[in-house]
Amino acid sequence: MLGQGSKTGKNERKGALMGKTLAEKVWDEHVVRSADGEPDLLYIDLHLIHEVTSPQAFDGLRLAGRGVRRPELTLATEDHNVPTLDWDKPIADPVSRTQVETLRRNAEEFGIRLHSLGDIDQGIVHIIGPQLGLTQPGLTIVCGDSHTSTHGAFGALAFGIGTSEVEHVLATQTLPQARPKTMAVTVNGVLPDGVTAKDLVLTLIAHTGTGGGQGYVVEYRGPAIEALSMEARMTVCNMSIEWGAKAGLIAPDQTTFDYLEGRKEAPKGEEWEAAVAYWKTLVTDDDAEFDEEIVLDASTMTPFVTWGTNPGQGVPLGASVPAPGDFEDATDQIAAQKALEYMGLDAGTPMRAIKVDTVFVGSCTNGRIEDLRTAASIIKGRRVAADTRLLVVPGSARVRLQAEDEGLDVIFKEAGAEWRGAGCSMCLGMNPDQLAPGERSASTSNRNFEGRQGKGGRTHLVSVPVATATAIRGTLSSPADLDTDGES
Amino acid sequence: MDAFSTHTGIGVPLRRNNVDTDQIIPAVYLKRVTRDGFADGLFAAWRNDPSFVLNRKPYDAGSVLVAGPDFGTGSSREHAVWALQNYGFRVVVSPRFGDIFRGNSGKAGLLAAQVDEKVVQRLWDLLESQPGTTVSVDLESRTIKAGEGVDAIEDSFDIDDYTRWRLLEGLDDIGITLSHEADIESYEARRSSFKPATL
Ligand code: SF4
Repeated sequence: MLGQGSKTGKNERKGALMGKTLAEKVWDEHVVRSADGEPDLLYIDLHLIHEVTSPQAFDGLRLAGRGVRRPELTLATEDHNVPTLDWDKPIADPVSRTQVETLRRNAEEFGIRLHSLGDIDQGIVHIIGPQLGLTQPGLTIVCGDSHTSTHGAFGALAFGIGTSEVEHVLATQTLPQARPKTMAVTVNGVLPDGVTAKDLVLTLIAHTGTGGGQGYVVEYRGPAIEALSMEARMTVCNMSIEWGAKAGLIAPDQTTFDYLEGRKEAPKGEEWEAAVAYWKTLVTDDDAEFDEEIVLDASTMTPFVTWGTNPGQGVPLGASVPAPGDFEDATDQIAAQKALEYMGLDAGTPMRAIKVDTVFVGSCTNGRIEDLRTAASIIKGRRVAADTRLLVVPGSARVRLQAEDEGLDVIFKEAGAEWRGAGCSMCLGMNPDQLAPGERSASTSNRNFEGRQGKGGRTHLVSVPVATATAIRGTLSSPADLDTDGES
Repeated sequence: MDAFSTHTGIGVPLRRNNVDTDQIIPAVYLKRVTRDGFADGLFAAWRNDPSFVLNRKPYDAGSVLVAGPDFGTGSSREHAVWALQNYGFRVVVSPRFGDIFRGNSGKAGLLAAQVDEKVVQRLWDLLESQPGTTVSVDLESRTIKAGEGVDAIEDSFDIDDYTRWRLLEGLDDIGITLSHEADIESYEARRSSFKPATL
């Protein structure tokens, strides 16, 4: 039932008999229309929206007298601009309140399902899709948010769009898209103990640079990827955009099916059987060719942290802050110089000597239940360092409730951490959860851009184990450092 | 969207690489529900610095921004495009753009002109040594020009054919797609029944 290859497709260029990559299969299945010299018109299976990038799109619809073509393929949530304290009270900031209320009015007017603050299914858009079972293999998924790539972990073609495109999808349920190139990132070997999916993807981005994936849909594959849980796979796909990729995906397998089976919105009964049979076809054919390939070895990876102001400026935790002169390229040298100034760091300082003020555990990269369990298991019976603050922000209301069921909130609070309501929070510093100027954070989120977590704030991207150990020691650390502390 | 064919305006040298959309407009400025009023948030963190290029005359009246590689990476916020337009920019020149930013620009009517990195270097040098120099962009012929005599710069820029055509014609994307209504309907008729629905 797979659709025809587009006219500009590689398959036709290289001969019709060649196999297809996973991304090409999903793409071809969604081509509504293809014509020479035009982008393909793709059908969109699932459109996720939130309060920040949608108001102007709904205004556009109203202005043109258009409706939402398929409200039943659309889901809205409140996440970017909601408070994580007093979330059960009216939003204090009037401008933020207006934005959230605008989404509520738009959802009502256009008949769209919305999970508002206080609703059990409210949460970060990329956490609730998978959690509900709406994110499924083989779908096209878009959202006015660049981390939509997260959903690629299920073998869906998922990418971020701007507000004009949000309006386009609302009005037509389709999107004109130029066919991207394909890339394979094959990760061989086994991740060593204590090294996570986050370290894997930070290592990859340091290797490729932030523009390395530009123009590509990337398929992550190989034994180290297959061994990851669904939640860890989401962490990897989430950060695809941080090296410029349009989307990142992983072929669905038994791990995927087990995660989905029984979820509220997953297919049931005969439909489930039909769906799984189709999903099993969503693998890259043996004779398919990628436009580009990268091969990495997981067994050599270590806890990885960033020192600079883009996600590609990272080093192993055991290394030191690099000097601009360490880079060959003049552009990289200037970028490193600027980053060191902004971050207030001296070249040669061991990463482990860097003192951190705030630790943020949360976001669509690392705000799921497995992340909170990992953090709780490390901090249990220990305390957050005296001058350090630890903010634990569950990615969704369900993650929060599940963590509370398991007693994780008590472990965090006993350790001196702050336990918050669900949302994006300090990942982007839009609500009051922000760094002060000059304040330094270790963050499990995905961006360390200048000012991302608050004006003048300095961010180090880290894994959940590193974040937790850092909160306990007050300096960038891994759990292994805690064992050493215990012995001394 | 207004049609775009040519534009001439004061060039602004932004000597920076990797200007992500959080730099173009920080998240705290994204709370508005309109497409205007974002000019104040443009490059907010740098605007306090008196030496920042937009705080200096005649650059403050510029309409062609010349930036280093990887301009507009990161967040999908179209507010970054609106902020540039609200301020008065019609054209951004860079050797490499973030994908979503480039797409958003095309939809909103801001010309994202991709040029060779050497051209950016030469434009920076020219615009810094001769403040107020205008840059002319012709979308029809895909050319960019600045300066006169020995300093003159003339080169071509890249933009995909489809975006160029839409900008030249000032076309509404949604209108084009809706003209293919029959294709959408026939696709919908053959969609699998096991695909999820939210209602
Ligand atoms: S958690 Fe951060 S990256 Fe994820 S959707 Fe929210 S703001 Fe975007």
